Amino acid sequence: MNSRGLRVLSISTVAAFCVSLCLVFFYAPIEAEEGFLQKIFYLHVPLAIVSLCGFVIGALLAIAHLRTGDQRWDLRSYVAIHMSLIFGVGVLLTGSIWARGSWGHWWVWSEPTLVSFLIVFLLYATYQPLRFAIEDPERQARYASVFAITAGAFVPLNFLAVRLSSSYLHPRVLGSSSNLPAPMALTFVVSLAAMALLFATLCSYEMTAKRTRILLKSRSRILGYR
Amino acid sequence: MSAVAPDTHLPATGGARVPPPAPRSKPPGTLVVVAALLRKELLVELRTLESVPGMSLFAVSTFVVFHFALNRSSVDGDLAAGVLWVTLLFAAMLGVNRLFVADAEQGGFDGFLLAPVDRSAMLAAKVLALLAYLIVLELVAVPAFGLLLLGPSLGHALPGLLAVLALADVGIAVIGTLIAALAVRTRARDLLGPLLALPLLVPVVIGAARASSPLLALGGHGGVGGVPIKWLATLGLYDLVFGLIVYAVFEFLLED
Repeated sequence: MNSRGLRVLSISTVAAFCVSLCLVFFYAPIEAEEGFLQKIFYLHVPLAIVSLCGFVIGALLAIAHLRTGDQRWDLRSYVAIHMSLIFGVGVLLTGSIWARGSWGHWWVWSEPTLVSFLIVFLLYATYQPLRFAIEDPERQARYASVFAITAGAFVPLNFLAVRLSSSYLHPRVLGSSSNLPAPMALTFVVSLAAMALLFATLCSYEMTAKRTRILLKSRSRILGYR
Repeated sequence: MSAVAPDTHLPATGGARVPPPAPRSKPPGTLVVVAALLRKELLVELRTLESVPGMSLFAVSTFVVFHFALNRSSVDGDLAAGVLWVTLLFAAMLGVNRLFVADAEQGGFDGFLLAPVDRSAMLAAKVLALLAYLIVLELVAVPAFGLLLLGPSLGHALPGLLAVLALADVGIAVIGTLIAALAVRTRARDLLGPLLALPLLVPVVIGAARASSPLLALGGHGGVGGVPIKWLATLGLYDLVFGLIVYAVFEFLLED
């Protein structure tokens, strides 16, 4: 992406975050049961949704790579998964803080969404070790794509299995956004949009940096530098 | 097509009867290839005894370790299902790690890729071979578990347990084959195999352990009626979906 596109994207991300933070702290009502702590919902859930979508997008881009054989799709898939992993660390941290605040423990096994997310995160944490343990670049891209597709299909299946294993014992306490009051729902949607914009911005920056590095390498090879 | 195209390579024989050329250009059917590859796998395993004895011995040693680690002379219910499945899973990892090593190191891949046959035949043969290893492993490990650790008698649980074992084995074999093929060309393959496979197999463990824990409970009702159908269905669904995914992507791992 050119520098102008990056600038527009960055400025709109900052603006969206300002709006969403204003809404979170000044507009959305304090939740009756959990009080101020519930505000972390506007950070944790958008992070999780964007991160999971990033994993699935990574799988779709990997399919495009295997279908076309074009290495650029693999680079995009790598960037999407890399960024989703970083967001995933945020999800686990905020989820842990939330669990500590509302249930008194840093980790609860009875919250199936968080547990499923941990399993997905552990699986994707092996993406980079797998990728960089293969030397041949073409094979590296192909194997990474195969992994990305398998793992992307694993995401919904894993959520299904973990949900099945606990939903009959523990009713869902929170995290469901379907029956939110209107001000909370609005705040949530704006936060989600801001988070998605942040993801897009960071991905574009990483893509641009990688492309520049590749370009620089090929230029210096042409000029005969090492 | 039964009509034979005129073969220009044959010398003219002046109207004499020429025997029809041998149909050597026709590639063998996939089933024949799978059978040949499977035979090769099992033969190599029989002659080298690299995987299955190690897996079985590992399982029995793990039961002993569990006995001391848990400080219990017998287990039942959830705990028994957990011990059994953790042991079987980790023993299966040993087989998964070795599954493609001979092909990668001794030119098995090259030989296979040179042959004009369907690429997915290798997937099918490897899945079946791993399945056979797992069955032999369980023939040793499950009776040993009943003898060494299990509190309630194994006989009651066996019919239901067989169904759970069969479905879980298919899942482990399918995912294990994919992971083995992914990991075998990497530098740290012994490390990466289990790292990749364990998260992918968590749903199999959930299904298998939940399905077998009522079977292994004290005073539990054994037999097929005691198996929670929900978990068998989950396992079956997982096997089916991953079978299709692995079938779709496996070809790309052989493309060089």
